[in-house]
Amino acid sequence: MKPAPFDYARARSVEHAVELLGREGARVLAGGQSLIATLNMRLSHPSLLVDINEVTGLDRIARRNGHIEIGALVRHVQAERSAEIAQTAPLVARALPHIGHPAIRNRGTIGGSIAFADPAAELPACLLALDGEVEIAGPAGKRTVKADDFFQGLFETALGPRDVLIAIRLPAATHDTRVGFAELARRHGDYAMVGLAAAARANGTKLTDVRLVFFGVGSTPVRARDAEAALAAGDLEAGVKALARNLDPPDDVQATGAVKKHLAGVLLRRVARQLTEAPQ
Amino acid sequence: MNDRDLPAGLTALDRPNSYIGRSVARPNLARLTQGRGQYVSDVVLPRMAHAAFVRSPHAHARIKQINTDAAKRVPGVIAVVTGAELATVCTPWVGVLTHLKGLKSAPQHAVAVERACWQGEAVVAVVARTRALAEDAAELVEVEYEELPAVTDAETALDKATPVIHPDLGDNLTFERTLDAGQVDKALNESDAVVETTFLFGRHTGVTNEPRAAVADWNEGAQRLTVHHGTQAPHMMQNIFAKHLGLAEHQVRVVTNDVGGSFGIKVHVYADEMATVALSKLLKRPVKYVADRIESFVTDIHARDHRVKARIGVTKDGRITAFEIDDLTGIGPYSVYPRTSGIEANQIVNLVGGPYACPNYRARARVVFQNKNVMCQYRAVGHPIATAVTEGLVELAAAKIGIDPVEVRRKNLIADEAYPCGSAAGLKFEKLSHHASLDKLIAMMDYDRLRRDQAAARARGIHRGIGFAAFIEVTNPSAAFYGVGGARISSQDGATVRLDAQGAVICHTGVTEQGQGSEAVIAQVVATSFGVPLDRVRVITGDTDNTPYGGGTWASRAAGIGGEAAWQAGKALRANVLAVAASILQAEPKALDIRAAAVVDADTGRERIGLDEVARIAYFRPDTLPPGFQAELMATRHYVPRAWPFAFTNGIQASHLEVDTDTGFVTLLDHWVVEDCGTVINPQLVDEQIRGGVVQGIGAALFEHCLYDAQGQLLNGNMADYLVPMAAEMPDIQVGHVVTPTGDSEIGAKGAGEAGTAGAPGAVMNAVNDALRPLGARSITVMPITPGVVLQALGKSE
Ligand SMILES: Cc1cc2nc3c(=O)[nH]c(=O)nc-3n(C[C@H](O)[C@H](O)[C@H](O)COP(=O)(O)OP(=O)(O)OC[C@H]3O[C@@H](n4cnc5c(N)ncnc54)[C@H](O)[C@@H]3O)c2cc1C
Repeated sequence: MKPAPFDYARARSVEHAVELLGREGARVLAGGQSLIATLNMRLSHPSLLVDINEVTGLDRIARRNGHIEIGALVRHVQAERSAEIAQTAPLVARALPHIGHPAIRNRGTIGGSIAFADPAAELPACLLALDGEVEIAGPAGKRTVKADDFFQGLFETALGPRDVLIAIRLPAATHDTRVGFAELARRHGDYAMVGLAAAARANGTKLTDVRLVFFGVGSTPVRARDAEAALAAGDLEAGVKALARNLDPPDDVQATGAVKKHLAGVLLRRVARQLTEAPQ
Repeated sequence: MNDRDLPAGLTALDRPNSYIGRSVARPNLARLTQGRGQYVSDVVLPRMAHAAFVRSPHAHARIKQINTDAAKRVPGVIAVVTGAELATVCTPWVGVLTHLKGLKSAPQHAVAVERACWQGEAVVAVVARTRALAEDAAELVEVEYEELPAVTDAETALDKATPVIHPDLGDNLTFERTLDAGQVDKALNESDAVVETTFLFGRHTGVTNEPRAAVADWNEGAQRLTVHHGTQAPHMMQNIFAKHLGLAEHQVRVVTNDVGGSFGIKVHVYADEMATVALSKLLKRPVKYVADRIESFVTDIHARDHRVKARIGVTKDGRITAFEIDDLTGIGPYSVYPRTSGIEANQIVNLVGGPYACPNYRARARVVFQNKNVMCQYRAVGHPIATAVTEGLVELAAAKIGIDPVEVRRKNLIADEAYPCGSAAGLKFEKLSHHASLDKLIAMMDYDRLRRDQAAARARGIHRGIGFAAFIEVTNPSAAFYGVGGARISSQDGATVRLDAQGAVICHTGVTEQGQGSEAVIAQVVATSFGVPLDRVRVITGDTDNTPYGGGTWASRAAGIGGEAAWQAGKALRANVLAVAASILQAEPKALDIRAAAVVDADTGRERIGLDEVARIAYFRPDTLPPGFQAELMATRHYVPRAWPFAFTNGIQASHLEVDTDTGFVTLLDHWVVEDCGTVINPQLVDEQIRGGVVQGIGAALFEHCLYDAQGQLLNGNMADYLVPMAAEMPDIQVGHVVTPTGDSEIGAKGAGEAGTAGAPGAVMNAVNDALRPLGARSITVMPITPGVVLQALGKSE
């Protein structure tokens, strides 16, 4: 379990990183918690690792114009301890403790989680549920991509080979924001068998702008749009039924697609209850 | 463990300052926790090269052509060796034993020759300056395969239409055993109820903390081979390395320092380790091989994977009338050398029904070849299956006739007064304590309160279950296990104790340390029998040049067999030292004793002469001793159980858990074990063995599964997808003891290393069924019990 030979370069700035990524087969190295494992198992053979850990300014959590911006190099542990995130992105705060174990969260980065886009990962689902966006620097300068357009396929995103994810931006929670989160994993810290990240706006006793994002059920985080509509209409049962149409989870080593579908329904009931609760 | 668990009124062990029954810290603890262990992975030798292997991606394939040119050109590569080339240095082996009648297998090579028979079998060896370089070069080896049909399903392995994996053997049947005791048909006919079901046990493996590792060093000048080897059985490996490399045993030294966990995984012959040794011989330099996790999953032996059709009969009043089983298991393409892969099935036949007084028992076990990784003995060999089958049947039968699962056991467990006696399968029991153990368990778990709580929770929609598993365990095996079958696996073990020049004691023992605490146990025994404080005993293990011949660690034998040898050796040295002291003091040896490192008057305990002084005189002023008197300050004793083929132990476990009937998730709440391993030498170490064993049993029950597809590809061979049980999901495990020493030895210790694993799966399975039964769920007889299995039983998922 030794990686194939690769070169290593430390980027001094985002621009420098983009420049280094010009080499064929170059890859960004952030926290390394996913990338190093794939290297050691020789599942990937990058020619060059572009280490962005020394780039300044990418590890900030900042509130701007009704948004919260989380820099790509913010470690999971830093986000977990952030009062700002707890207040303005409570869904992310709820999801973070489910990511791996403390040792992994000490090194793993928010940007790495989004860029890696594991279909069973928590943060991509949160980003999508919160209707967030991704800030990217590439050879042609900076651009912003909506979460709905970012996750494109299995481990495939809007990031090109020369792009660096620099931050994610989430709308800050307001008094009427409602969020819900639940996942099922056989062991504490495992990737979810099935998970659900949800956000909505409370309007009296009703919910609007419902976004239900399941993870661990396909090749990307999956929005259950019919179930969203049903929940907005106040019909949970119809929402659970709609999952049969909205989700088509493949069998994997932990469960069959049928079991996952059933579990998705259980999660929806549990999360729907959370969505009706006002935050403390 | 609390005081009431300690044996009352010690017998021969009742020495002043005894360490028997005390939870002393293991002497190697500080060294290991400070990172100063010497695992094989740590061994670095001059000119040492590293091996990596090209492994078959196919479950069954003919090797048509191998091109090693590109790999050989990589700078730093020392050799690229095919199976045919290696076969010139290392002969193949066949894993059979004569006492498992009819057992057959095919010759297996260190590196595959002509054909790969499972996904992961080594096909080419690459040796380079570093492991990384060896892996780089391995990627450049071109192997052309012709895929052959893979036999993967044990159920159809014997069908006419299924290809025969080893045509020379005629069919895919490795081994078959049948047994018919009493009058099963008559008993079943006369039963008031018969329960019939099929149990499925998932294939899993024992994930050791440290992977398998070997550093082999053939010294051409000395014509000697030294192998630093993470093994449980150094002397067995010495024999095997010598035999297959064409050497005499004295030319081979196996050194086993620290081993990071074994669980039975490291007591077998592995092709890649044999290849490493052969490569060293071929290249005349040290070669190191450490399996990585991905390799471990496809090459460390797997175990379990049994399908058992089973029946039990009971009368209305709860008397068990008969057991019947039909076991089928697929063990991969080869019977593993030298212990064979017939033992697990054989054990199942031996053990089913074992705790119960029921004379009617019929069994059949068939073991078949298939193109998956090999299966062999892993912690508690056969016991978890036999126990889950027996105890699953017992609880299903109790439910069917509507009596409490504790009640049915009280009615049927062999009476504590009935010993010595035998079982329907022909096992011989010296003395067991099923009823005393059950009584103690019921008290520990406060059974009646637990049932009340269960009912109250049920009323709130919370579904909890309580399940039991009584078990017997084979420990301290005599030669009946392997020796009589022709395997050069020693059942006896030796210990040598020597007084050093300052009066401390050095003990060389044939048993080995895998992290379980053998060194501590041996030190306690020697300190007690000889008469010194524990810190005056140093224990040396794992070196065939320096330790007495012995079997090592397996079948829960180290404390019971190695401990008795050490006890006797300590006594012998005490007698020798007292003879010296008596001649110095002009006293009667009988009137003296050794206590706290001094020779004392046996009556009064008054100190007469220190051991340091005895040693000084014996070693440096022997001229002052009487003429004709020779001091012998080194003594060796050996021990092997003779009166009984095995020291059977017994115990009972209970699991308490909660099932989320929406998700099918099982949350473990409590686990209790009462276990009778005879004399408890070190309560903490015994309890740790039980707890660790329970955790591995829980792994089998709920989590661990080597999943293969129909083509024989392992789907989850990594630590993310293969679920080893982890701390967060484990319940508190409370351990109690009943103490019934074996009369076969003076220390009276039986084994304790596998009891936890033997009973836990059955207890957990029964508890899940207890939780679900009132909901009308189908009984679960499949392991691991995943959420999908539970949901299926509840009819919530297909
Ligand atoms: C045992 C274990 C358990 C885990 N459990 C979970 C879990 O339950 N849930 C979960 O979500 N994750 C889990 N993880 C993964 C962990 O969260 C990873 O850290 C994370 O997915 C990737 O972040 P990283 O910073 O380590 O990225 P790296 O490993 O450094 O990189 C991952 C990938 O993203 C790319 N990348 C990283 N940063 C950028 C960037 N700024 N711009 C462009 N590309 C970039 C890299 O090139 C690489 O392809 C687990 C990991 C381990 C080892």
